[in-house]
Amino acid sequence: MLAGMTTNVVFGLLRLAIIAAALKAAGGAIADYDIAAINTYVWIGQGLLGFVLLWGNNELAERVRSGDVVVDLYRPWHLQGALLAQDVGRGGFAFLTRLAPPMAFGMLLFPFQFPENPARWPLFLLSATIALVISFGVRFLVELSAFWLLDNRGLYGFWNVSSGLLCGLTVPIAFFPEWARDALWASPFPALLQAPIDVFLGHGSVAKLLLYQVFWAAVILGIGHVALQRAVRKVVVQGG
Amino acid sequence: MAEFIYPKLIGAKLRSQLAYRASFAVDFVSQVLAQCYELIVILVLFSQVNALGGFTRDEVLLMYAFAGAAFGVADLFAGQLDNLPTYIRTGSFDVLLMRPLGTLPQIMCSDIRLRRIGRITSALGVMIYALTHVPIDWTPAKVLLTIATPLAGTVIYSSVWVVACSICFWIVEGREFANAVTYGSNSFTSYPINVYSRPLRWVMAFVVPGAFVAYYPSLALLGKQDPLGLPGWVGWTSPLVAALAAVVAGLVWRFAVRHYRGTGS
Repeated sequence: MLAGMTTNVVFGLLRLAIIAAALKAAGGAIADYDIAAINTYVWIGQGLLGFVLLWGNNELAERVRSGDVVVDLYRPWHLQGALLAQDVGRGGFAFLTRLAPPMAFGMLLFPFQFPENPARWPLFLLSATIALVISFGVRFLVELSAFWLLDNRGLYGFWNVSSGLLCGLTVPIAFFPEWARDALWASPFPALLQAPIDVFLGHGSVAKLLLYQVFWAAVILGIGHVALQRAVRKVVVQGG
Repeated sequence: MAEFIYPKLIGAKLRSQLAYRASFAVDFVSQVLAQCYELIVILVLFSQVNALGGFTRDEVLLMYAFAGAAFGVADLFAGQLDNLPTYIRTGSFDVLLMRPLGTLPQIMCSDIRLRRIGRITSALGVMIYALTHVPIDWTPAKVLLTIATPLAGTVIYSSVWVVACSICFWIVEGREFANAVTYGSNSFTSYPINVYSRPLRWVMAFVVPGAFVAYYPSLALLGKQDPLGLPGWVGWTSPLVAALAAVVAGLVWRFAVRHYRGTGS
């Protein structure tokens, strides 16, 4: 765990240095971000990364490939619901071990932009939790693709390399040119990281951000549910 | 004998990867994309500012391309070291020790990841763009430097990989520590090092000799003064630094392997 934390902090420092240099060159602020906001953005991002678990372990896909998924399917539960419950439980632990430490690190060592309104703290937690649900939904879809692809490592790889930029981990989405910004906000990706960070920083309307997240959570879980139903029909169990 | 075995081993690995063409193509494209996303980050930042640490967009792209190409090749050979914890935990490192060949070359040849060529290709593309768009007074020496830089960078990154992964002989699950240095130094070296804070710079630029992968050679090519105050000839020393790094890596690896204990089963 200590090793993971070190890596997390090192990458946070690298990202921070580069964006901070850009801010300096731009005269102190870009879009809605000054140096305190950028520090806050980077350290919340580093924390959320582990909390929402942007990059999963592709375990379900491996179980599809090996056939072990049959055991998961004949249990008296709804597979998607059960795995979601597991993931929310993981999130509870990750809150303490992955989200809180980088945020505390940022608060203690760097200028930090605390929310003016204390109500933002619980709203941020709510937003982060919805982000976790969406992240689960996306990972579930990627893993479920193994029912059709058998080897989904290509798609899994695509998600792993693309998600950082699309979700607003590497640079704030507000830094993008307008067309790219609009395109990204029309997609579910910013709901995974940028939206909770915006709730915390007070960028944009909280109600709108939360609605946007709830909408995508419902859509992605819905697609996952339908995809699972279809996938189950393809399963052939041979032998006992 | 060894010289006949390695080409055969590598050849077998390459053929096995090309056997699944669709899978290979998808992996290849992911690698191209991965490199492009880093490029997009630089372009997005430069859509907001004109200079980063006093360097223009094309100058930063040159550093990014040197770093990307060197890292891609290093990853091709040394990236396999990321599997070292598995070898150690399961005891299959014993097998490597039994064979009459060096342990390090055996691991390096164990899984040449051909898809990394995707990363290298896109980095070379950006390098060509950057070299034709930055002001360089070309001399024969500078042509040599341009060719030597990615090669020296490859050796530096590979040495870093070897040293960082050697920690796994003591801390079996030390891979994430190692990744902070290996993948971290790729991110680090893609930008001018004067943007980083002093402690970070000391560790990642000089203890881990990341500054010699792209930053100093680029300064020498561009004929620019180092904002950090080192003299101009430093930009020409990357091959020496690479040789030194390789020697250190070799010694550390030997020392580390001596600390290996089998799992006993």
